[in-house]
Amino acid sequence: MDYIIETKDITKKYDDFTAVNSVNLKVPHESVYGVLGPNGAGKTTLISMLCTILRPTMGSATVNGYDVEKNAKEVRGSIGIVFQSRALDDILTGREHLEMHAALYGVPQKVRQKRIDEVLDLIALGNKADEYVKTYSGGMKRRLEIGRGLVHRPKVLFLDEPTLGLDPQTRENIWEYISKLNKSEDITVLMTTHYMEEADKLCDEVAIMNQGQIIKADAPINLKRELKADTITIKVDNSDLFIKKAEKLDYVKKIYSEDSYIKIMVERGENLIPQLVNFANQNNIIVESIELQHPNLEDVFISYTGTSITEGR
Amino acid sequence: MPEIEGIYTIWLRETKRFIRYRSRILTSVVTPLLWLLIFGTGLGSAVRFGGNLPGGYQAFIYPGIIGQTILFTAIFSGVSVIIDRQYGFLKEILVAPITRPSIIFGKAIGISTAAVIQGIILLLLSFVVGVHMTPIIFLASFLLMIPISVGLAGVGLLIASFTDSMEGFNLIMSFVVLPMFLLSGALFPVTGLPTLLQGAVYLDPLTYGVDALRQIILGYGAIPLYISVTVILIFAAIMVFISALMFNKREQELM
Repeated sequence: MDYIIETKDITKKYDDFTAVNSVNLKVPHESVYGVLGPNGAGKTTLISMLCTILRPTMGSATVNGYDVEKNAKEVRGSIGIVFQSRALDDILTGREHLEMHAALYGVPQKVRQKRIDEVLDLIALGNKADEYVKTYSGGMKRRLEIGRGLVHRPKVLFLDEPTLGLDPQTRENIWEYISKLNKSEDITVLMTTHYMEEADKLCDEVAIMNQGQIIKADAPINLKRELKADTITIKVDNSDLFIKKAEKLDYVKKIYSEDSYIKIMVERGENLIPQLVNFANQNNIIVESIELQHPNLEDVFISYTGTSITEGR
Repeated sequence: MPEIEGIYTIWLRETKRFIRYRSRILTSVVTPLLWLLIFGTGLGSAVRFGGNLPGGYQAFIYPGIIGQTILFTAIFSGVSVIIDRQYGFLKEILVAPITRPSIIFGKAIGISTAAVIQGIILLLLSFVVGVHMTPIIFLASFLLMIPISVGLAGVGLLIASFTDSMEGFNLIMSFVVLPMFLLSGALFPVTGLPTLLQGAVYLDPLTYGVDALRQIILGYGAIPLYISVTVILIFAAIMVFISALMFNKREQELM
């Protein structure tokens, strides 16, 4: 067993609509693996099939060596899931959620209390652990859900949009928490996200998903390196003229306008900024602003799908 | 014994929820008391029932009102699975590595516990309607309420398994709960009714529950006790079985 999760042409169709189209995913042991794509790309459907919530229309998948259809129960025993939507009961306390989960997943009585205490320690609910969930903040609820997914020591933790709807500071906390978790526990994390920054920061490997298909999968650094491009974003008073002239420069690999800005793909962009400004001046074009960006996953996404991730919805 | 522990866990959650929503316990006792005291007294003094209701009309409807309380609590708690689903909590339970029948059984006995607690409170209030309560009557009624409530919980769970939202709540009230209550003979004797109505009455599973309770508590009824008890037991078993089957079948749609 080389990979902890492996799918073979897994497909989910709803009538005429194909939500997930022949996806082949290979997730290495103990990695943090990200499925990145816009809303509606099929990420949740894919993850739901891996969690045995949905049955694939075609194809197959194994999780921890078990087939998601034939050995659904064994798969369920080896995974922890944090759903995109909340799955908490307002009138139970945080501790009760963990106790209930431990019992449902058959955590042995002897170690149960210890596990729950460990998890409570990890998710830092403090003295809120014994209060009703309805008094929790959004971040606490999410931490509780992640913690609950860990009580039975799963081999794989599925996180569906773990930081959706959280404020930036809480988001950072969750990120920190996921990294810490991946380092300290023998666990593989498969997460979906449409936040580029999140995938970039957390994931060892990223699969870019769009319209039901995986377009490209690799480590974020490789994906970015492959673009061989820094982006210079420049704003000038006469965009059309500038594009026409600059297209002919040999160090410009690609030039296009986006809104009122011009994007220029180059290599080693830091050396080219002075040249570009001089070039504009020579052509009587006034540069209003100029900015250099090393490629990020957003650019990778755009280069593979032709649309930005936020437009994809 | 992971399955038994799973059943216990689901039962525990159901019971905790019942106890923590205190207002629900209060209303569940006040409503039947209003029926007994206002409706029972009012109708009892306005209409003469041919003198064949020993202990008076209030006493006559007392077992019926216990049945009604169990009916309302059990069906609505069962239907409340829809709310669990809307809040996403049902997913957490359904992805756990335990079988669907265990989940349904745990739910059903959890709901039954809530309904039976209310029934017990009403049994303890028997003096209000002048019914004499003995430990044997109490124990027998208690035992009988268990299968009645389990079966009705099964009805609620079954409805929940193919209802998407609480918008159908009024439909359930009009087409399931009220007919079951009115046809059960809770409020009138089921003998000597027009044939069509008579048939409907005997199709209502609650009729057998109410009649059996009446025989135990008041000592008279329309159906032999052993038949009523058998019908109730079979009804409970079938309802739990069917709703477990439906949850199994509709698992994907429920999550």
